[in-house]
Amino acid sequence: MPKFNLKINNTSYAIEADSDMPLLWVLRDKINLVGTKFGCGIGQCGACTVHVNGNATRSCLLQVSQAEGMNITTIEGLSEHGDHPVQQAWKEVDVPQCGYCQAGQIMTASAFLNTNSSPSDSEIRDAMHGNICRCAAYNSIQEAVKLASKK
Amino acid sequence: MAASKPMTFSRRSFLKSSALASGGMIIGFNLFNACKADVKPPVDLSQLNYNDFNAFIKISEEGKVTIFSPNPEIGQGVKTSMPMLIAEELDVAWEDVYVQQGKLDTENYKRQVAGGSQSIRYSWEPLRQTGATAKQMLVNAAAARWGVDASECSVSEGVITNANGETLGYGDVVAEAAILEVPEEVTLKDPKDFKIIGKGKGNVDIDKIITGKPLFGLDYKEEGMLYACVLRPPAFGQVLESFDAEAAKALPGVVDVITIGQKIRDYRAQGKSNWTMAMSDTDKVVVIGKTTWDAMKGKKAIKASWKTETPLESTETHNQALLDLLNGNTFNTRRKDGNVKNAFANADKIIERVYEAPFLPHNTMEPMNFFANVTPEKVHLVGPTQTPEAAANVVADLLGRDIKDIQVEMTRMGGGFGRRLYDDFVYEAVEISNTIKKPIKMVSSREDDMTTGVYRPSTKYKIAASIKDGKLTGYHLKEACVNGNMYGLIPNFFPAGAIANYQVDTVSYKSNITTGAWRAPYTNFLASAEQSFFDELAEALGMDRVQLHMDLLDNVKQNPEANIEYSPDRLQAVLKLAVEKSNWGNTEEGVYQGLSVYYCHNSHVAEVADITMENGIPNVKRVTCAVDCGIVVNPLGAMNQAKGGVIDGIGHALYSDFGFNNGVPQSNNFNTYQLIRMGQTPKVDVHFIENNIDPTGLGEPTLPPIGAAVANAIYKATGKRLTKQPYMSNMNVENSVVG
Repeated sequence: MPKFNLKINNTSYAIEADSDMPLLWVLRDKINLVGTKFGCGIGQCGACTVHVNGNATRSCLLQVSQAEGMNITTIEGLSEHGDHPVQQAWKEVDVPQCGYCQAGQIMTASAFLNTNSSPSDSEIRDAMHGNICRCAAYNSIQEAVKLASKK
Repeated sequence: MAASKPMTFSRRSFLKSSALASGGMIIGFNLFNACKADVKPPVDLSQLNYNDFNAFIKISEEGKVTIFSPNPEIGQGVKTSMPMLIAEELDVAWEDVYVQQGKLDTENYKRQVAGGSQSIRYSWEPLRQTGATAKQMLVNAAAARWGVDASECSVSEGVITNANGETLGYGDVVAEAAILEVPEEVTLKDPKDFKIIGKGKGNVDIDKIITGKPLFGLDYKEEGMLYACVLRPPAFGQVLESFDAEAAKALPGVVDVITIGQKIRDYRAQGKSNWTMAMSDTDKVVVIGKTTWDAMKGKKAIKASWKTETPLESTETHNQALLDLLNGNTFNTRRKDGNVKNAFANADKIIERVYEAPFLPHNTMEPMNFFANVTPEKVHLVGPTQTPEAAANVVADLLGRDIKDIQVEMTRMGGGFGRRLYDDFVYEAVEISNTIKKPIKMVSSREDDMTTGVYRPSTKYKIAASIKDGKLTGYHLKEACVNGNMYGLIPNFFPAGAIANYQVDTVSYKSNITTGAWRAPYTNFLASAEQSFFDELAEALGMDRVQLHMDLLDNVKQNPEANIEYSPDRLQAVLKLAVEKSNWGNTEEGVYQGLSVYYCHNSHVAEVADITMENGIPNVKRVTCAVDCGIVVNPLGAMNQAKGGVIDGIGHALYSDFGFNNGVPQSNNFNTYQLIRMGQTPKVDVHFIENNIDPTGLGEPTLPPIGAAVANAIYKATGKRLTKQPYMSNMNVENSVVG
């Protein structure tokens, strides 16, 4: 089985895996970073969003062979103490209901705010449109992204 | 209705306290007894070992308070709100409380079920009583040490103060308190003295959620655990004929390929049944892999052939069958007031309309999964289920094991919406582990989850009303539904009692497609149909929509024989509040409003939707939602539930569709099945009625009314009455039967 060198949350991992194994399952089942969630497996729901070289990326569609050499950040590595402005805002607004999609929402929001630090409401709605929240906590997500942009 | 006021309880028989070996005390509580006075204790309480069982409160000598939250958490917020009830009466600072999920424990807990928006309603008194009892014992211990009367002591945030101003913390006296008699009587607080209830408390799992800590069933792992993916028949009505696993077994990550199904067949062959077993008893092929991906990949490599055992059904079959039933005369009459037939015969005008809704999958974000480890010693089960007790009983039966061998732990759940009331995935996991004698986790892909679901059944209503001399004289609702009737259990909801001649008839079409409860069962579509109809009815009567409703509710109040479940006063109050807060009737140019008012799951709700039309497409801009659910235990969580229910309701009424072709579901993932997304969501303003009435549920009640509020707004904008969901797919479909 081929071996891949991955850089995840500033730690290097040497992983043996089929080259077509999605990064999502490498993270969850091989490295035990289970914060990144499985929702659809086809890039439609956003639950598995991670940062690859700073860009929000669906880890269910990124094969491990393509992830080599990239700088990968997962929800576990977004901040050392869980206090990234987006995480703080999520807590202040008390966004989660079931909470399952929220890691993906936070990773999408944090990558977006890196490219647009003072977004309008409609820019926030466009940026977050790809992440499904089945509990429909969308009002709170919108509010939290706005709040995070002011931090 | 029960108004909350200070209450004295004398129910010591179901409370027990113990000293902990590690220091501190634990107070256990038996909700089984508390909820129903006539039920006998299931066990001798003096024999319970509270170190093993998950009782409700544990207080350490350092004064740390742990509260075990008994009910499954599916996103409805009970893991936060139920402990709030205990902490309130215990009189501790919420910040000092640590909340932990209790395991399945039928001896200490009653109704460890998440469903029907009933958790808070049933636990309102018992959980507060538990807190109050523990507090009283701590105060008694402090009073004894000081040599004063307990009544001279006061408590604030876990500190006991006597008349001389001396203080002791809970931790200081917990060792003494633990060996005291459980008090005969405790007094609960007056709601005006609440310090925690009614104050917004954040989700107790928030830190874990925002940092990605393992919380959910899918995150659970044990040493040596393997992953299992199940290949089930592609069509309802088919069973496994044969399969070839050679290619799958050749994959490096595939450990084994087995079949399951025999246990379920044996169970059914004994004439047993259980409602949580919503599954066919076909054989299924299971691929065991080293990782989830290995098992998924292996499953794709299986070549299986299926044979048809029962007729393969299609959406056209269902539509025609349900319409035929609506037009037939094979109904069960669920309620009959006066004489509808006469009212219609003497009418000046009759309005009749048919409303239609498709099947719906639940689509929880976390797909079905469960951990099982069947060993000679015990059966260890971990994962997301809304009905752990029923699951444990069935598993014991399936394996021929003593119920004491079955250990169930509930994880936080990535949504429920009713899907995890059914435990088919638990039984699959158990049979897999039992076969290969290893710890496994069964994981469904999204496609598995969506195509082998337990769906909201497709339903059609025909509603007719008679008008005589400008007055509403009769109302006749007929329901045709796949696999059982939604309306059967609730014929005493509005408008029962409001109209002299009133009849509800139901009829069912038996299908091989598995169906069941979906968020707000019975009403999630009924409210859309009924409240759309009342909008049309008001127009036909030449009446203001709000006035019609107020008048009908006045009728109820004057009808001593009404025999109803809802409160006309509370419905009128939410209606007035929604009208006021939405600025009803005074909108900007281009904004159209629709109204809906509804009672279900013991709560009363009125909603106004504001929409605009953009290129012929309705855009829901704002929703005003007025709710009476009694005392709001956790305003922060309640707001989330209410807003989520509204937006979920809009999504499913407007966009979500699910059909079958020869037994095969026509959508299998989010590229072909539409769930509402951020850009389609309105701003939802929620207003709670403030009162001191005992709390009722909030996980469901804001969902049912919204479909009609949106449809009624679309009518104002376009002059078109939408009767078929999802509305967006049927914007240009001609309305069905009009009488």
